[in-house]
Amino acid sequence: MKRIKFSDHVILLAGVFFMVAPVALAFLTSTHDAVTIYKSGMQFTFGDQFLQNYETVLTRAGGFTKEVDGLVMLKNSLILGLGFAIGKIIISMLAAYAIVYFRFPFASLCFWVIFCTLLLPLEVRILPSYEIVQGLGMVNTYSGLIVPLIASATGTFFFRQFFLSVPDELLEAARIDGAGPWKFFIDILVPLSKTMIAAIFIIMFVYGWNQYLWPTLITTEESLFTLVRGIKQIMQVWIGAQIPDFNEAMALAILAMLPPVVIVVIFQSWFIKGLVESDK
Amino acid sequence: MATITLDSVRKVYAGNVEAVKGVSIDIQDGEFIVLVGPSGCGKSTLLRMVAGLEDITTGEVKIGERVVNNVDPADRDIAMVFQNYALYPHMSVYNNLAYGLKNRGMAKGEIDRRVKEAARILEIGEYLDRKPRALSGGQRQRVAMGRAIVREPAAFLFDEPLSNLDAKLRVQMRVEIKRLQKSLGTTSVYVTHDQLEAMTLADRLVVLNKGNIEQIGAPIEVYDRPASTFVASFIGSPAMNLLPVSANGSGLQLEGGEGLSGPNTYGRDKYTVGIRPEHLRVVDAGSSHPDAGLSLDLVVNVLEPVGAESFVYASFAKGGPEMVIRVSNHARYQPGEKLQLIADAQDVHFFDGGNGKRI
Amino acid sequence: MVHARLVRFGGAMKKVQFNTRSVPYLLLLPQLSIVAIFFLWPAAEAVRSSFYLEDPFGFGATFVGFDNFIDTVTSSDYARVARFTTVFTLLVTFLSLGIALLLAVKADKVLRGASSYKTLLMWVYAVAPPVAGLIGVMMFDQHVGPMVDFFALFGWEMQIGVNYFDTGFAMTATAIWKQIPVNFIFFLSGLQGISKSVQEAASIDCRSGFRRFWTVTFPLLAPTGFFLLIINITYAMFDTFGIIDVVLKGEPGNNPVTLVYKVFLDGFRGNDLGGSSAQSVILMILVFVLTVIQFRLIERRVHYT
Ligand SMILES: Nc1ncnc2c1ncn2[C@@H]1O[C@H](COP(=O)(O)OP(=O)(O)O)[C@@H](O)[C@H]1O
Ligand SMILES: [Mg+2]
Repeated sequence: MKRIKFSDHVILLAGVFFMVAPVALAFLTSTHDAVTIYKSGMQFTFGDQFLQNYETVLTRAGGFTKEVDGLVMLKNSLILGLGFAIGKIIISMLAAYAIVYFRFPFASLCFWVIFCTLLLPLEVRILPSYEIVQGLGMVNTYSGLIVPLIASATGTFFFRQFFLSVPDELLEAARIDGAGPWKFFIDILVPLSKTMIAAIFIIMFVYGWNQYLWPTLITTEESLFTLVRGIKQIMQVWIGAQIPDFNEAMALAILAMLPPVVIVVIFQSWFIKGLVESDK
Repeated sequence: MATITLDSVRKVYAGNVEAVKGVSIDIQDGEFIVLVGPSGCGKSTLLRMVAGLEDITTGEVKIGERVVNNVDPADRDIAMVFQNYALYPHMSVYNNLAYGLKNRGMAKGEIDRRVKEAARILEIGEYLDRKPRALSGGQRQRVAMGRAIVREPAAFLFDEPLSNLDAKLRVQMRVEIKRLQKSLGTTSVYVTHDQLEAMTLADRLVVLNKGNIEQIGAPIEVYDRPASTFVASFIGSPAMNLLPVSANGSGLQLEGGEGLSGPNTYGRDKYTVGIRPEHLRVVDAGSSHPDAGLSLDLVVNVLEPVGAESFVYASFAKGGPEMVIRVSNHARYQPGEKLQLIADAQDVHFFDGGNGKRI
Repeated sequence: MVHARLVRFGGAMKKVQFNTRSVPYLLLLPQLSIVAIFFLWPAAEAVRSSFYLEDPFGFGATFVGFDNFIDTVTSSDYARVARFTTVFTLLVTFLSLGIALLLAVKADKVLRGASSYKTLLMWVYAVAPPVAGLIGVMMFDQHVGPMVDFFALFGWEMQIGVNYFDTGFAMTATAIWKQIPVNFIFFLSGLQGISKSVQEAASIDCRSGFRRFWTVTFPLLAPTGFFLLIINITYAMFDTFGIIDVVLKGEPGNNPVTLVYKVFLDGFRGNDLGGSSAQSVILMILVFVLTVIQFRLIERRVHYT
C-alpha cells in the first residue's frame, strides 16, 4: 500500500503551475491592448480587448504580414497538418505492409534504405534539401511544403512494429478463407489498425502543424504561411516597432497552439498509447 | 470429404533445420487422425504443410486424388482451427464465419443458411452479433470450430485447438469435437502434445519424434504394443516403467543394480524391459512364481493416492530407475516397506537396447 | 520527430508471407521515391559539397578535400558554439528528465486527481517549439517579462538578446519547459508498467519508500531512462531550432547558438556552402554514433524484459 502524502500534491501542483502559468499569462496578456502591456508588462488579469485582438489577428491582413490574415494561416496550418498526417499514414502503411508481410528480393535493402532516414533529422541536411526542392520548382507550393517532410520513416516504423505484433495466425486464417494480399490488407489489417492509425494521426498532425524551419524556408509567399510560420514574421515586425504588438503576438501564439493542444487533450489516451507503444 | 495422402514429406527450414524427415501417411476418408508427440517434434509443421501454409521441401501431399503441393491454402478445400483461434477481432461472430464464404463468392442466402446451421450445431446462435472479445474462451473455441464447419471442407485440420482452455472445458470440448466429427464424417487431422487427448480422439494415432514417425496405429494398439521405448514412455500416464538391462547368462542384469529373474529369450546383449504400472502385481514376500514374466523386489518410497486408484513409487535395493506401480486406492503401503512384484509374461515388453525398437 | 527515431530492428519475421512478386514493390514505391528524392539525394549532396569550395560568384566549385572540415573544427567560433551546445544539451537533458521523473513518480502515486494532473502535465507536448520560444521571449523580455522582474528581486538584471549568459538561460529554460511532457509521459507509463506484484513484494522487503524507489523502481525504470536520454539529447541538439530562432528574433549577433543553428546560419546567411555542409556531415556522424549507442541500449532493454 502506498501512503499518499500532502507533499506529493504540493510537488505536483508546483509542476502544474510551471507548465501552465506561462501559457496562462500569454493568454491573459493577449486580452489587453499593446500600450498597457508595454507600460506594465505581461498581464495577470483578463482584459477587455479579448474579442478585438483575436478578431484583428484572425481577420485583418497586414497585422504582421501584408497579405494574409489569421484565418488564411489557420487554413494553411490545417492543410499542412492534415496533408502531412494523411500522406504519411497512407505511404507508411503501404510500405510497412510490404516489409512485414511479403517475401521478395531486396527486401532487406529496401528496409535499410527506408530506416536509415531515421538517422538524420531534416535540420542536418536542410541546405541541400532546400536546394533540391527549389530545383524541382516546389518552393511556395503545398507539395513542396508537405512531401519532403514525409521522407522520414517514423510512420513506417510505427506500423511495422504494430504489424509484427499482429498474430501470424490471423494471416493464415485469412489465407485459408481465400483472402489475397489486397483483401487481407483492406478487410483485416486496416480495420485492425484503427486505434493505431488514430494514434499516429494525432502524433503526425501535431508534428506537421508545428513545423517551423521547413515552412520558413519553403514558403516565402505570404498566402502560404502557416500560423507557426507566422511567428517568424512577428519577430521581424518586432525588431523595428516602437511599441510592439505584444497582445496580437500572444493571440497568435494561443491560436497556433490551440488546435494541436485540444486534439492531444481530447484524444489523450490514444495519443499516449501511440507514442509509448510504438517506441517499444 | 476426401482421403489425404502424405508421401515422403520433408520440411527443411532456413538454417538447415530439418523439422519433418520424410513422413508418409495414408489417411482414409472420414478418418480422425491425431498427430501426437512432444513439443518441437514437427507436428505443426506437418499439419501446416497439409494446409498449404508451409512450403513442402520434398515429397507429395494429396487431398483426394489431387496433388496439392502448389495449391493455395484457400483452394485446398480444407479448414483449420488454430490454438489461439485466430478469430478476426474486428468482425462479429457472424462475419467471422461468413468471411471465407463471401470471398468465394457464395450467394448471401446460402451463406446465411450455413452460418445459422453451424451456429445451431455449436450452440453459438445467441452470440452471432458479438465481437470475439466479448466471448469466453470456450465460446471463442466454438466460433473457431464454426468457421471450419461452414466451409463444409474436405478435411478439418486442428492445431492444438484445446490447449488454451481450462482442464474441465477441455474435456467437454474434446467429447464434443469427437461427436461432431463423427456426425459430419469429415476427414480430420488433429495435432496435440497431450497423449490423453490423442488417445481419446483418434481413430488412428501417429506418434512423431524429432520429425520421424515412431508408430501409426489405433490408440489401443499403440498402447498395448508400443513400437519403441519412445512411444512406450510417451503414451500412457504414468509412463511405462523402462528398465535398462544386459544379458547375464540365461538371465538379465539390471544396469547399475541387481540381477532380475527374467528370461533372456532374444539373444542380445542389451535390452530395455518395459512394464506398465498397472501390470505389476504385489504378491506375498518370498512366494515363488516360476511362470511370471518378471519378478522384482522393491522398497516403497512414497504412496500417491489420486482418488480412484493410488500409485506406489518404489526403488530397487541396489539402485536403478524408480518404478511406478498402480494399486487399489485401498492399499496402505508405508515408505520403507519391502514389496515383491510380478508381471505376466505377455505384459513384459522387450525393446532393443540400442535403437529402442520393439523386439 | 525525435522519440520516433528509436528503433528496435529485431523482431521476428512473420512465419507466413505472401510471395506475390510485383505487389511489394508497388507498395514500397511511394515511400522509396520520397526517400530517394528528399532524403538520399540531399544527404549525398551534403556529403559531396562538404569537400568543395563554392565560388561566391557562382563560378563553379573547387575540390578542396578535407579543408572545409579542418577550417570548421579549428575555428574558434565553432569551438564556442560546440561548447554552448554541449552545456545546453546536458542541462536540458538532465533537468527535464529529472523534473519529469519526479512528477511522474508523484503522479503515479496519487489517486485523487491523477488524471487531471496527467493532462495538465502533458498537454504542452502539443505546443510548437517556436510558439514556446515566443512565450519564452515574452516571459524574459526586458520590458514586459515577469521573469525579469522576478530575478530582479535577487539583483539579477537580465538582458535577453544582449547578454550571452542571460540569453542562454532563457533558451535553456524554455527548452526544458517544452521537453518535460514527453519525458513525463514515458516515465509515467514506464512506472505504470511495473507490475503490481513486484511493487508489493518490494513493499514487504523494504520499509523506506525512498530506498525502495532507488533499489527497485529506479532500476526497473532504467531502460526507459536510457532510451529517453538519447531522445533528449537529439531533442536538445536538433528540435530546439524553433525555440532558439525565436528567442534570438532571427538575429544571433553575439548570442549563443547551437551547432544545428550554425549550420543554418552559415549555409543560408553566410553563403558558406562548403563549411555548412562540413558541419552537417559532422552532425550526421554524431547522430549516427548516438543511434548506434541507442541500438546497443535498446538491445539491453530487450534483455531486461
Ligand atoms: N519458421 C521456422 N523456421 C525455422 N525453424 C522452425 C520454424 N518453425 C518451426 N521450426 C522448428 O521446427 C521444429 C518443429 O516445429 P513445430 O512443427 O512447430 O513443432 P511442434 O508443433 O511439434 O511443437 C522445431 O524444432 C522448431 O524449432
Ligand atoms: Mg505446434
